[in-house]
Amino acid sequence: MYNTFKQMLLDAVAGFGAVALFLLRIFGQLPSALLRPRLIASQIHNAGALSLVIIMICGLFVGMVLGLQGYDMLERFGSESALGSAAALALVKELGPVVAALLFAGRAGTALASEIGLMRATDQLVAMEIMAVDPFRYVVAPRFIGGVVALPLLTMIFIAIGIFGVQLIGVQQLGVDQGTFWSQMRGSVEVEDVMQGLIKGCVFGVACSLIAVYEGYTAAPTAEGVGRATTRTVVNSAVITLILDYMITAVML
Amino acid sequence: MSVEHSTTSNLVEIRDVYYSVGGRDIFQGLTLDVPRGKITAIMGPSGTGKTTLLRLITGQIRPSRGQVWVDGQDVSRLSRPALYALRQRIGMLFQNGALLTDLSVFENVAFPVREHTKLPEALIRHLVLTKLQAVGLRGAHGLMPHELSGGMARRVALARAMVRDPDLLIYDEPFAGLDPISMGVILRLLRNVNDALGMTSIVVSHDVDEIALVADISYILSAGKVVASGAPKALKEDQSPLVRQFMNGLPDGPVPFHYPAADYYSDLLD
Ligand SMILES: Nc1ncnc2c1ncn2[C@@H]1O[C@H](COP(=O)(O)OP(=O)(O)OP(=O)(O)O)[C@@H](O)[C@H]1O
Ligand SMILES: [Mg+2]
Repeated sequence: MYNTFKQMLLDAVAGFGAVALFLLRIFGQLPSALLRPRLIASQIHNAGALSLVIIMICGLFVGMVLGLQGYDMLERFGSESALGSAAALALVKELGPVVAALLFAGRAGTALASEIGLMRATDQLVAMEIMAVDPFRYVVAPRFIGGVVALPLLTMIFIAIGIFGVQLIGVQQLGVDQGTFWSQMRGSVEVEDVMQGLIKGCVFGVACSLIAVYEGYTAAPTAEGVGRATTRTVVNSAVITLILDYMITAVML
Repeated sequence: MSVEHSTTSNLVEIRDVYYSVGGRDIFQGLTLDVPRGKITAIMGPSGTGKTTLLRLITGQIRPSRGQVWVDGQDVSRLSRPALYALRQRIGMLFQNGALLTDLSVFENVAFPVREHTKLPEALIRHLVLTKLQAVGLRGAHGLMPHELSGGMARRVALARAMVRDPDLLIYDEPFAGLDPISMGVILRLLRNVNDALGMTSIVVSHDVDEIALVADISYILSAGKVVASGAPKALKEDQSPLVRQFMNGLPDGPVPFHYPAADYYSDLLD
């Protein structure tokens, strides 16, 4: 029991070390990767466009649920007018960054991992190395940057549509006063709150993109290996996102 | 056949190489030379480590003992930048083609040129189309890799391997899955690029008869060592049972056809 725990701990430390070295190799190739704006633009488009539709749909529904639940809760204290600020704070600081990151990991992250894993399985990465092209420069770094840029943007979109969803339920359906709704929101959401959401979006973007490219790159070169890489991408991204979320919140509050 | 080779006359020298993977010894004291400007054939039964040998030469793996010299440099000791500089002068045809699936045929062949040079577009186009013409696939330059047959993909990969006129061209099973016409074309192409551009070629192949047409020197590997070497014609006339078995494709003889295994009967009875 003690030994298995010790082994797990050692494995975890070794895993973090490997990922850190992997990140260093990406940083080493960042300058030359940044010289290829076309490659990066297409990866931002890839990662962003892949997740855009589900981000929008989920943003709308999360906002609408927040409208219903928030109204129900606030009504008990007779403060329905605070719906705008309560829902906006929840979306900007927590739900937006976290749910967007989870959706991103499930949609774009798995696509990245399986794409790179398949390149590994079909010798494409080795072929690049033999052609003296570092796969980190041509494959890994552009995809990593694409994810890092895309997730904060997706987070903002998620938040905006989420607030629209709250408004749709709260104001249009349940009859909260339109003016109060917006002015309450504007009065209580500070720049720091938005910053916190943005920082979370950026940190989750780095974490989820890194996990996806790492799992894909180190996948075993078989169909099973690629499958395992995509699964690990979703699971690890979700766990790391929630842990990081707690840590950032604890530091920033 | 002379045993002494000076460093200048050999592009690749494998010296007493040991390598094992997954608890199996693949090479046990492998020594062989690849003379400059010649076509060298590596033959041997499936699973003897021919692809592994190519991976040693290109520095993808390191031997546990011995040296792999390519153009006077010990590949297993090179730093990553030095290794990449060396690889720029090597072209390799993979056993399965290994085309980049997100690029068209044209872009696949252009890939090494674009990555390493800043040639004007018109020149790149000229380079790529001449190489594709040489493998008979100029008309297919707009297709994506998934629209090619296995043999076509291999020919595109050959065009890509040649596109920068490397000093050393390595072919892993270039003839597998080719129809007789393509085979003839590729054989002639192999000879022509080697002679016209002064390249050195290493060809891994099982096709004993085809390889005899083009190779200047052949090595037969078995059980981790070179078991026979010489001009293909001389090998055909070699009377040693091992060479005869391989050249004539006989299942029984000194070269084991089977992967090492437990006794057949006891395995079946288990
Ligand atoms: N990752 C690995 N783990 C364990 N054994 C391996 C691994 N890769 C290769 N081998 C073993 O190494 C031996 C040599 O493999 P290699 O691919 O070099 O053979 P080959 O001579 O190219 O065969 P073929 O003619 O079929 O292509 C095989 O017996 C194989 O089982
Ligand atoms: Mg092979």
